[in-house]
Amino acid sequence: MEEKLEGILTRYRENEGNLISILQDIESEFGYLREDAINWVSERLDVPPAKFYGIATFYAQFHLKPRGKNVITACCGTACHVKGSERLINSLVKELAIPEGEETSEDLQFTVEKVNCVGACSIAPVIIVNKIVHGKMTPDKLMKEMKTLKEGKREYTDYI
Amino acid sequence: MANLTINGKQIIVPDGVTILDAARRNDIYIPTLCDDPRLEPHGGCRLCLIQVKGMPRPVTACTTPVTEGMEIETTNEQIERQRRTIVELLLSDHPNDCMICDKAGDCTLQELAYFYDIRSNRFVGERRQYTKKDQNPFIERDMEKCILCGKCVRVCDEIQGLGAIDVAGRGFTAKVSPAFEKDLNCEFCGQCVSICPTGALMGKQSVGKGRQKDVKEVETVCTYCGCGCNVTLHVSRNEVVRVTSRPDTINEGWLCVKGRFGYSFINIPARLTTPLIKKDGKFVPASWDEALDLIAEKLGAIKEKHGPDAIGGLSSARCTNEENYLFQKFIRAGIGTNNVDHCARY
Amino acid sequence: MNKDVSIKVCMGTGGIAAGGVEVMSTFEKALASVGIKAAVQKNCSMHKVGCRGFCARDVLVDVIIDGTKSTYQYIKPDMVERIVQEHVVGGAPIGDWLVTDDYHTFHDKQVKVVLSDCGEVDPEDIDSYLGRGGYEAVKKVLTTMTPQETIDVIKASGLRGRGGAGFPTAVKWDMAIKATGPKKYLICNADEGDPGAFMDRSVVEGNPHAVIEGMIIGAYAIGAPHGYVYIRAEYPLAVERLHLAIKQAKERGYLGKNILGKGLDFMIKVKLGAGAFVCGEETALIASIEGKRGQPKAKPPFPVQKGLWGYPTIINNVETLANVPYIIRKGASWYAAMGTEKSKGTKVFALTGKILNSGLIEVPMGIPLKEVIYDIGGGIENGKKLKAVQTGGPSGGCIPANMVDTTLDYESLSKVGSIMGSGGMVVLDETDCMVNVAKYFLQFTQSESCGKCIPCRVGTKRLLEILTRITEGKGREGDIELLESLAADVKTSSLCGLGQSAPNPVLSTIRYYRDEYEAHIYEKRCPAGVCKDLLSYSILEEFCKGCTACTRVCPAGAIIGEKKKPHKIIQDICIKCGACFETCKFKAIKKG
Repeated sequence: MEEKLEGILTRYRENEGNLISILQDIESEFGYLREDAINWVSERLDVPPAKFYGIATFYAQFHLKPRGKNVITACCGTACHVKGSERLINSLVKELAIPEGEETSEDLQFTVEKVNCVGACSIAPVIIVNKIVHGKMTPDKLMKEMKTLKEGKREYTDYI
Repeated sequence: MANLTINGKQIIVPDGVTILDAARRNDIYIPTLCDDPRLEPHGGCRLCLIQVKGMPRPVTACTTPVTEGMEIETTNEQIERQRRTIVELLLSDHPNDCMICDKAGDCTLQELAYFYDIRSNRFVGERRQYTKKDQNPFIERDMEKCILCGKCVRVCDEIQGLGAIDVAGRGFTAKVSPAFEKDLNCEFCGQCVSICPTGALMGKQSVGKGRQKDVKEVETVCTYCGCGCNVTLHVSRNEVVRVTSRPDTINEGWLCVKGRFGYSFINIPARLTTPLIKKDGKFVPASWDEALDLIAEKLGAIKEKHGPDAIGGLSSARCTNEENYLFQKFIRAGIGTNNVDHCARY
Repeated sequence: MNKDVSIKVCMGTGGIAAGGVEVMSTFEKALASVGIKAAVQKNCSMHKVGCRGFCARDVLVDVIIDGTKSTYQYIKPDMVERIVQEHVVGGAPIGDWLVTDDYHTFHDKQVKVVLSDCGEVDPEDIDSYLGRGGYEAVKKVLTTMTPQETIDVIKASGLRGRGGAGFPTAVKWDMAIKATGPKKYLICNADEGDPGAFMDRSVVEGNPHAVIEGMIIGAYAIGAPHGYVYIRAEYPLAVERLHLAIKQAKERGYLGKNILGKGLDFMIKVKLGAGAFVCGEETALIASIEGKRGQPKAKPPFPVQKGLWGYPTIINNVETLANVPYIIRKGASWYAAMGTEKSKGTKVFALTGKILNSGLIEVPMGIPLKEVIYDIGGGIENGKKLKAVQTGGPSGGCIPANMVDTTLDYESLSKVGSIMGSGGMVVLDETDCMVNVAKYFLQFTQSESCGKCIPCRVGTKRLLEILTRITEGKGREGDIELLESLAADVKTSSLCGLGQSAPNPVLSTIRYYRDEYEAHIYEKRCPAGVCKDLLSYSILEEFCKGCTACTRVCPAGAIIGEKKKPHKIIQDICIKCGACFETCKFKAIKKG
């Protein structure tokens, strides 16, 4: 871990970064904001951990808990909303057994998250599965997609 | 200097001060919950919104500097309606348990509710509910009573230089919190407690020991070190229940953990209140005259027999500079040795 | 084979989502496999192009043979083979797949300035932009104009900030040129957060060099050596293309030290937003670039006095900056000839919602709303009736159907209680409940409130709760008045633009649709049939044929009945999902 964090700090110093960019790097390195990583960086930079925590909890992009292997993002912009994004989200949560009030399934396979408008309103409703944008989504199409994901017919790596 | 008028009254204040400051200097009341002259302005509570002639919308008095010729109105129907709404909104997300709150009678929010005569609230809705208790030894943190004025965060950062807490989350569920919602683990200077306008932050030892109206305030100087911080002991039923400090003192109202929270020894029965002299292997209470006579006699005898350099003096950081000066004078001139030192050197 | 063939595939976010990458690679393969590899290679080029606005028809493909352009719509990879065979090789376009007339009506009433090169240039290739006159404006200002002359041209063009408030750009720059200090900053605000708006994303994706060129001109005018683009991390493609464009511009000497040998130093850094709508507000944006919690600060001091790291800072929106190079190139009077007296030029809108042709449009200021809806937009989807048009996103308001003559400019929109905003335009039809729409927007602003000031933090929460109870049939007498009064106080006492404008959707819907609010509160009825708690579904026995179609789709098992006999919905079990209503072919399900 420390080696990776050293790398992040080096980048921070070279590029005149800020605390947000450090957190963005930690998030992309470890998948979420690990408490020990933040405490380590906080000590090295002599910036109180409470400050990092304040920033981490302010921005929607940061996560304090581990996330699922597959990340399904539902757009909740206006156009997606009027075209039924709510129904898609409900069916996802049910299908993937996401516990109430959580975003990630217990086996860490799936994360379902809502985002504000991704700006692809003309193909609403939009669902992003592992960074691939799917437009004009219907519950049927979505369930089919989830089935292939669940059965492992399509691996996470297929998307990258 | 800048000439301006507040509510039609001509006043002159130094350049660069805020409107709120200008009003305070002239004893004109503008309500606020988030301002403290010792901290950077915040502009969050919106109670100090005032109307400046020529500005399109009301501005916060705490953040706006005065300019020459400014015409300010600190109150009118619309401003008062807004202020009332803000207080109502705060109360709609507050436990409103003033009857059992230690802060009652000394609470700015309660005072504002009284001022605006808020008997019933137009707004009812979800209230933040936090059950977790902070297990730290000194500071009771009741975040349901927090109005997020941010004073504690600012004092910890700007004055104490620590940053042990910050606002976490955002919007309705924003909350003042140490990192990762852990228990508070800081210097426990209690600056945050002293500055909190509501009952959200209290000294743990003070809870249930008497509210402000039952308290007799005794001004004194802290004896923990030579800094000489002014403290105010809050005494209720012959017991010190709280220690505070006034902002207009030499230490500007700031204290350390010892000065603010280290007072429980005062009421402990085992505390020494007279000198003790050992007689037949046992300590027996004695008067100061008796004790000082005994010390003088023994020191004289030692000096007589072994010379002054057989004696050394060690002084305490809890003494004032003047006391320390007298002490070394006593050792050097009275006893006649240079064997004198001070605990702060170790 | 010595035809000059060019194929342009739409690769905006919409195009890629519809399979643009596959379409493009299939074209490459298909062209190679027809055995004309060597001959075609020279003349046949494949372009990635940015958004051309008509995302609903993606994937859009232009096939240009010897200068004759044919545009195909809804192209899937399996259709590519035939296009190559019949059109590229055979020379006969496939009529059925070509865009229809409405593709042209969609474009006819538009006037493209900012978008004029979007969909034409390859956003990943600076030469493509240079080939269309790119960076000419930078050359022009650096060689022939002083900073003050540059500002004067912008002043004469009448350009106003496209981020929402419409503050004259030249006035802003004028203040910045006068501000003194060792450093100055120019920030491009690409933190487009309004739900239902994607203008800035499309411009950055489709023509990033125009934004960069605008920034260089701005930097020259105000004397700022440092620039930032603050862009949403939710726009990965835009970020990627922006980085690439900055790299290319630097290589060609348009960015960096001593630009074009004229002594101007200017470099741009890209900062990614981390997901907070409020960071579109200037002071919050600055806090975010500094790496802090994105909380706004009280103004004054304004950013132009004390901004990023305490230095004078100018923040311009993407669209504003993208207009600048075109104004410099074509002149202020050309630009000022478009639009109305006080609102000059064009405005890009993201036209979405219940509209036939949704997409990105650019129209001259002052165009009547109805021309946008019916001519460009092609009218309402599914033959429904127009109810209202929501402009300005969560900070804006609704324009009711009977006011479609309203013209689109800053003044007219504010007169009807809405705003231009950043250009979101959501079309609502008769099946949309206006209380629900207000609730939706408030849900958004409430969840995006930063929490610093009380009116916004608690006030929007209470507004939302009142709206929620109205839609749940628990509204009380006096709720409308309470909404109005609280909304007014939140508006005037909030710290930043988010709180000050959050009540707008509520106030605007009450203004035009008070009767709908009243129906919810007093009659416990949702006239549009949207609010679930005020709905019930029942079966009209005389129409029910007992086909059991509804029983099969009902997810709750709430419909019972024997085959070929009228069915019945058990109200206690019904979850009001509306599945039976959509399924029944005999119109036997009654909603109400």
